[in-house]
Amino acid sequence: MPTFTLVHLEYLSWAALWTIGLSVIAFIGGGILGFGVAMARIAPSRVLRTAAMVYIQLVQGTPLLILLFLIYFGVAILGFNQVPAILAASLGLTIYASGFLAEIWRGCIQSVPKTQWEAAECLALTRWQRMTRVILPQAIRIATPPTVGFMVQIVKNTSLASVVGFIELAQAGKIINTSIYEPFTIFVIVAIFYFLICFPLSTWSRSLERKLNVSGR
Amino acid sequence: MSYQFDFLALLPYWREFALGVWLTLELSAIATVLGFVFGTLCAIGRSGGSPAVKWAIAAYVEVIRNTPLLVQIFLVYFGIATLGVHLSANFAAVAALVVNVTAYTCEIVRAGIESIHKAQLEAAECLGLSRAQTYWHVILRPAVERVYPALTSQYVLLMLASSITSQISAEELTAVANRIQSDTFRSFETYIVVGVLYILLSMVVRIGFGLFGLLVFVRRRKLGTSL
Repeated sequence: MPTFTLVHLEYLSWAALWTIGLSVIAFIGGGILGFGVAMARIAPSRVLRTAAMVYIQLVQGTPLLILLFLIYFGVAILGFNQVPAILAASLGLTIYASGFLAEIWRGCIQSVPKTQWEAAECLALTRWQRMTRVILPQAIRIATPPTVGFMVQIVKNTSLASVVGFIELAQAGKIINTSIYEPFTIFVIVAIFYFLICFPLSTWSRSLERKLNVSGR
Repeated sequence: MSYQFDFLALLPYWREFALGVWLTLELSAIATVLGFVFGTLCAIGRSGGSPAVKWAIAAYVEVIRNTPLLVQIFLVYFGIATLGVHLSANFAAVAALVVNVTAYTCEIVRAGIESIHKAQLEAAECLGLSRAQTYWHVILRPAVERVYPALTSQYVLLMLASSITSQISAEELTAVANRIQSDTFRSFETYIVVGVLYILLSMVVRIGFGLFGLLVFVRRRKLGTSL
């Protein structure tokens, strides 16, 4: 009976890199898309605002698992036969992250005091200048802790990418498990890997929050 | 695009979809109730227990919040099986969800408890309330009322996350969908239907929590203000 060896640990380490890679892709993609949606959410046009709201509700109301299945089978319908797993996984996680980041950032942008918006308008700044020079610099400060906190969610949710055939930490654990069947050892080690990635992010998010509270007092 | 959508092929399966919805609701309801009870106990322990208890609860919360639910489910399901105890997939699913949501509930309720002003406790002492009375009337109830919206969001997320238990083939909506799509080869349509069902479910759960809140928090209902 084979047991857990260094070879398996090495395999898991590679898988951990894939987990990190996928998380980075999802965060960047989700960030770009989510920023657009957040902007649409506070746009002057009612159509845009409603569309953004519906998008957020749809993404937040469906489990990521279903979203991934939809993309996996949906892309096949569009005529592409073999979808690379990384593409399907990245797309699914990007959409997922954009829905949540958009809502977090909308809250942060709107939490900039109203007087700041009015003052910018009094100074005859254009909408663009008001956003980039006055509102966003303040909103980013407020947005950093929850955004870092959400990165943890992204990392954890990459574990679902296995359903579209992407081999990351959780899937690697499953693969090793089918060969040596030592589930307890394997998944504890997998969990430790995730913890090592997520815990620093959580701690960072909390310390950012503390700093923000102190300076805001 | 030459694909022919065929939602009618799914019509004969409506009973199974309905059953799936019911099972998902049941699974998340059990996990929510147990998670709330255990989570609140953990929050009490974390804000007023001995240093060892505090540390243990903090460690538990950190471990759970920084590892994926999927891995926790695998650990509970496969891990406990290696110890010689055989769990049904559904039991393991509930257990894993409870372990998971307890940690989040603990964190949320603890924030509520910490938001209770010290003067409230002093007032309770002046009024001669016992420790238990103080905890119940002055600390817990206002604390939970204050964090109720956050708890609601967390439990909606739990309902959605219960879909992950399909990975150990626990019986719920996503597992039902997986079966139907392999029966009908109408994968895309199946997951669209299920996606819509989940969206409806999350609305229903949200509204349910709203109504429950009105029922439980009398003060809020009468005054119409939040704490």
